[in-house]
Amino acid sequence: MRIGIGLPNTTPGPNPAVLLDWARKAEDGPFSTLGVLDRLVYDSVEPFTALAAAAGATTRIGLATMIAIGPLRGSAMLAKQATSVNGLSGGRLTLGLAVGARKDDYVQAGVEHRRRGAILDDQLAHLRAEHPELPVLVGGGSGQALSRMARYADGYAHGGGPPRAFASAAAKARAAWAEFDRPGEPLLWGQAYFGLGDPDTGSAYLRDYYAFTGPFADTIAAGNLTSARAVKDLVRGYAAEGCQELILLPTLSDPSEVDRLADALGSL
Amino acid sequence: MRRVHILGAGPAGLYLAILLRKANPATEVIVTERNAPDATFGFGVVFSEETLGALRTADPQTYTEITDTFARWDRIDIRYRDRTMSCRGNAFSAIARIKLLRILQNRATELGAQLRFHTEIEDVSALREDADLVIAADGVNSILRRTITGFDAQTGTVGSTYVWFGSDWVPDAFTFIFKQTEHGLFQVHSYPYDEHSSTFIVETTPETWRKAGLDQVSEVDSMAFCQHLFAEELAGHTLRSNRSLWQHFPKIVNSTWSRENVVLIGDAAHTAHFSIGSGTKLAMEDAISLAAALENHSDLRTALVEYELDRKPIVERFQQAAGDSAAYFQRTEHLQDLEPPQFAFNLLTRSGRIGHGNLAQRDPGFVRSVDNWLHGKILSPPPLFTPLELGGLSIGNRVVAGSPETGAGLVIGETVAVTGNGRIHPGSPTLADAGQWPDLVESVHKAGALLGLRLGHAGRRGATHPPQRGRDIPLPADQAWPLISATDQPYGPRSQAPTMATEQELQQITAGFTEGARLAADAGVDLLELDMAHGYLLAAFLHTEFPFTVLEAVRAEWPVDRPLSVRLTVTDYRRGGLSEEDGIALAARLKAGGVDLITVTAGQSVHSDQPPYRRGYLTALSARVRSEANVATLVGGYLTTTDEVNTIIAAGRADLCFLEGA
Repeated sequence: MRIGIGLPNTTPGPNPAVLLDWARKAEDGPFSTLGVLDRLVYDSVEPFTALAAAAGATTRIGLATMIAIGPLRGSAMLAKQATSVNGLSGGRLTLGLAVGARKDDYVQAGVEHRRRGAILDDQLAHLRAEHPELPVLVGGGSGQALSRMARYADGYAHGGGPPRAFASAAAKARAAWAEFDRPGEPLLWGQAYFGLGDPDTGSAYLRDYYAFTGPFADTIAAGNLTSARAVKDLVRGYAAEGCQELILLPTLSDPSEVDRLADALGSL
Repeated sequence: MRRVHILGAGPAGLYLAILLRKANPATEVIVTERNAPDATFGFGVVFSEETLGALRTADPQTYTEITDTFARWDRIDIRYRDRTMSCRGNAFSAIARIKLLRILQNRATELGAQLRFHTEIEDVSALREDADLVIAADGVNSILRRTITGFDAQTGTVGSTYVWFGSDWVPDAFTFIFKQTEHGLFQVHSYPYDEHSSTFIVETTPETWRKAGLDQVSEVDSMAFCQHLFAEELAGHTLRSNRSLWQHFPKIVNSTWSRENVVLIGDAAHTAHFSIGSGTKLAMEDAISLAAALENHSDLRTALVEYELDRKPIVERFQQAAGDSAAYFQRTEHLQDLEPPQFAFNLLTRSGRIGHGNLAQRDPGFVRSVDNWLHGKILSPPPLFTPLELGGLSIGNRVVAGSPETGAGLVIGETVAVTGNGRIHPGSPTLADAGQWPDLVESVHKAGALLGLRLGHAGRRGATHPPQRGRDIPLPADQAWPLISATDQPYGPRSQAPTMATEQELQQITAGFTEGARLAADAGVDLLELDMAHGYLLAAFLHTEFPFTVLEAVRAEWPVDRPLSVRLTVTDYRRGGLSEEDGIALAARLKAGGVDLITVTAGQSVHSDQPPYRRGYLTALSARVRSEANVATLVGGYLTTTDEVNTIIAAGRADLCFLEGA
């Protein structure tokens, strides 16, 4: 299993200088990929912009959206952004797409929320027809999302949780893949949050970021990996369940978090 | 914590009171119960051995008292037709509910918890202000859950109609009784809970219940009816009533188990159908988990989140198994053709939690008797190695795969298009490849397998890129070919719009299918399959006579001594689409038209549907088609282990299985 690290593009106080510093540290560290999140109505850096900046500051490390909310962008613009980042980075992009969880993002983007699934399907049909070189992952837990993944994508981007939740989702993804008679197996990517330097601030960020989910925000915050031991346990658990790439997403903007995570993984 | 209010003095509430007082004698624990201490609904409570370890660790004193009172058994008896089949190694214990409550009441009182019976809670908010934490242990109809906003409980019912009796008939095993009557099937779930008494639950479908007139009679008369119906089994013993009314089992699912300082445990949080006997077990385990979380974390929110994270995945697994079990008992009427050994095996593996391998460990003799019955010999291999006689053919084993190197009994490759425009992608095999079929047959036979060949027409799902890139990704216009279907609407976004097939085109397609059948027969292909699934051409016409016309023409061409199969979408997974009942009716009609095997699949009729993907998610559908349309079935649905295949075959849920990775 490869291990990637998130760029802090949605954590409090992001600025380009921090992102670039972070990206360089990650490039020098034991990480396979830099991942970004996507939220419109939240203080954050737009994911393709963040990845474009990271592409310029690095040469080796993979780049991934985990995930981008496809329907917030027009199909042609989404493809343009993705292929631009892919081109700028010399083919390092993995495009994770899903419908997202927030209605207010759709309201702000002027996109009909109830059409989100149909729009994402259209975007995927376009991407796969026109840009087959671009690796695509699809996320989401519903039967519809899993069908979408099996039909259009190269693999599945899981939304986070303990290893057993990943295992259950992975079995569903493989079942959908088999039902669509796709050759081989789907790629399986996972993600989890970490915050090692200042766990309380990190968990408070998660409660704020996920406040729209109601009490579930507490559950997400409870899953924040706040010690080297918790990181190691989760990494082992995901590896055992067949995860191929695990992206550890930051809850703090401090670039020292990259070193802390590298240390935690180094003692694995 | 200074003070905790517990609402409800059932096993969950009382056990939590005990554990909280043990953990911290300074915490004031007040249990409020509307009923009297000796009021109880139901008779016995059943536990699996797995629970008992947790109870011993949590409170040795009550563990000893409870287990001293236990009735124990390790056998399940299944009385079906005129036979009793027994399976050992299923360790269970039971106790009278009233005795369990008394033990817990005494212990809670001894530890200083305050128990207030005959007390209704008038003001929930006053209760919440009065305590640091309020526990909703007040059961299925929890007042707290219903009055506090933010608990978005999904409530409903699950399973058939049932009534809960006691009896002085004391079986020495967990006993299922199946009794056929002029009105339909009645079934009993019975287990002893002390030396004089048993729980005796009678269950039947609402239709049979009405036909028997039970919707019209009093509590006393309905008990008399059951007493008479099971007079032979009761052997002179009688039933006892305790508000024993016919009802449906309530289903409760909560997405959130706590709000601020209120937390749900036991039935207030979740229920699991009685047929897996886990309600009290789950409730007491909730209490153990919650008490531990409260001890580990001084912050209340953190503790409640940890409790929920700990318990929810376990409860969800039980609720899934309970739902499957409840659905099973709704459909036992359709399983009455199964021979007793297979019926018993099917019953014991109903919830999907116990399979062939697991049962073989519990009772090797029982499983061997099932295997022997299946195989017809004394020394028999596991079920998947039992040959299948199908339409004049003997298939060596029950596994179907895409290539012969796997050891599968039957090999079915990619769908062969019956016309050039019926291809899915440019590389799809067509009838033009028929020259290679005799060699293919030979190589598959050499590997010890038989060859099946699937004929199909892509319809409006044609002219796409190869599946390495995905499905339904249209070819560029200059590489595509025209599509036809039963509609002029495209299948998916950016798909080419088909034209409605003309009568002449349909005739050409029928001719393609019969030509394919002739070529396959000449090449020595062993089994022929027609594709009527996943929104391809024949599936799109399932509302018309056309697929049956094709079937008739193919059946006339295909040798009578070789089996014919149809891959069928049995349900659409969308509202207003093909229901399971519709699909079963289609399967029955196909069988009447000369089809020997239905390959059960579902979904993809339209681009956007909602399949319930999980391991083995098509198995229950296959079981329905097999028992209700009375036809042999082949099923996939992501089966990855030989144990799953053994279980499905031995239980009669399918006759052949696709095994992933085989």
